[in-house]
Amino acid sequence: MKYEIEKLPEIARRIRYNTLYMITKAGSGHPGGSLSAVDIMVALYFNIMRYRVDDPFWEDRDRFILSKGHACPALYAIFYELGIINREELDTLRKPGSRLQGHPDIKKLPWAEFSSGSLGQGLSFAVGVALAGKIDKKDYYTFVLIGDGESQEGQVWEAAMSARKFRLDHLIGITDRNGLQIDGDTESVMPLDPLADKWRAFGWNVIEIDGHNFSQIISAVEKAKENEGTPTMIIAHTTKGKGVSFMENVVDFHGKAPSLKEWESAMVELGGDSDE
Amino acid sequence: MNKLAMRDVYGETLVELGKIYPNLVVLDADVSKSTKTISFAKTFPDRFFDVGIAEANLMGISAGIASTGKIVFASTFSVFASGRAYDQVRQSIAYPGRNVKIVATHCGVSAGEDGAMHQAFEDIALMRSMPNMRVIVPSDGIETRKVIEKIAEISGPFYVRLARPATPVIFDESYEFKLGKGTILREGRDGVIVACGIMTYIALESAEILLRDGIDIGVVNMSSVKPIDTELVSLLSQRYEYIFSCEDHNIIGGLGSAIGEILPPTKAKLIRIGINDEFGDSGKFEELLRFYKLDPISVSEKIRKVMLDDRI
Repeated sequence: MKYEIEKLPEIARRIRYNTLYMITKAGSGHPGGSLSAVDIMVALYFNIMRYRVDDPFWEDRDRFILSKGHACPALYAIFYELGIINREELDTLRKPGSRLQGHPDIKKLPWAEFSSGSLGQGLSFAVGVALAGKIDKKDYYTFVLIGDGESQEGQVWEAAMSARKFRLDHLIGITDRNGLQIDGDTESVMPLDPLADKWRAFGWNVIEIDGHNFSQIISAVEKAKENEGTPTMIIAHTTKGKGVSFMENVVDFHGKAPSLKEWESAMVELGGDSDE
Repeated sequence: MNKLAMRDVYGETLVELGKIYPNLVVLDADVSKSTKTISFAKTFPDRFFDVGIAEANLMGISAGIASTGKIVFASTFSVFASGRAYDQVRQSIAYPGRNVKIVATHCGVSAGEDGAMHQAFEDIALMRSMPNMRVIVPSDGIETRKVIEKIAEISGPFYVRLARPATPVIFDESYEFKLGKGTILREGRDGVIVACGIMTYIALESAEILLRDGIDIGVVNMSSVKPIDTELVSLLSQRYEYIFSCEDHNIIGGLGSAIGEILPPTKAKLIRIGINDEFGDSGKFEELLRFYKLDPISVSEKIRKVMLDDRI
């Protein structure tokens, strides 16, 4: 799916709007880390990745693995934009029987690639996907988005070692470096910095970017694709709650839905739903 | 008596399967010499991956590879496969139903001198309570091969529990493993032992000992712990007053519990023989069997006592 870069901000605006709409409607969810990841995911789905909307099992597709599964409302909003889910379904987030589970469920939505939610597991899965691609001499890319707080899980570093061992240059990790986690800022809860040095020490190619700048995101992925022999980690510096002023950098909006009043004001900031 | 180590057979069978299935890959976590996946590694170095001492990553990578349509065998010791990597098995493998066969060796007391930290007495319970996971505990080398061949054909996750030492061969080549089916190895008059894994040959030896005292006990091999043979358990409950479950596993949550969950309301009594809710200890395999009263003499004594006490 390839849109011109100029089109991406408007798509991202709609994704943010619907992300927050769903969470407000559900009355629970994770707005902060969904909004921080929107631009990265929009760049991947609407410019970078190769896939077929009507065939989630197409074996040559690029894969996107959302390891920070709590950001799934943003993924669902993208799926809505792509026509995978319909308008009515946006009202069913986190409800029994819905395809839009609180964390992604690939049995109901195979486009999600991975049932994430227990943090730290997505990178290992992505290593497996990329390794299988290498065995079969496929040219697909495996993208995996991990949270910065999530990087406190030891399994992430087990996976980091193995991706380097297997020389998975078609594996591209992206860290949503928004700096906040439930209990506060990452550097006081459990320091991650120097995060880029950590990945370099594990043998990865590291690129640091502004995770809300589409041209930087796209050019970082292009550079990652040129890199041979090692996996790449793109550390995307982002703002938690990006796009809604009263949510930006507010840790409480990690896992709290906006009130109806807050939604009304967010709706204005996000420019309304141009679909209607 | 002819003896075979299940893990040796596992390694050999993987090599045979590797020739049949070009999409079969094997992973290990630094114990390939012990789990015997090294046989596969030597024959198919391009389809073998050692992830080092990282069991969580082992399960995650296995799930990722399986997502592309491959058959994945992932091996380590049972204590690590089931406990250390529990959440990864649950989230990455069982929940989405990935085609990953977790074949775990050094189960129960068979881990021997390594002691409690290496002896999984809880792995059947952990894996059995996980939706989508099927749990198979083969009783000898022949059955191990039949099980490994069979699960390669069936899509979805399995947990297979193998012992370390060479143990007596029970089955011959004509044996066919059927998922969800137990096998009556010996008919009896007074009761029946339902066993799995290494306890099946011990049950057979116990039955011989009991026969000398005039107690005629049948033996059933219930290697398919999940799905379990509900029909056979129902039949046994109608036929026998005494059903003795027998396993080298905690009596909480293992084969005995599985039988108890489906036992119809007949007069049959279920007596669970196994590890009595405790951790392991160091010792040779045979020593530990005696230590935990799981050797043929101890098992037969227990059965005799239960039956005599009841008749007084």
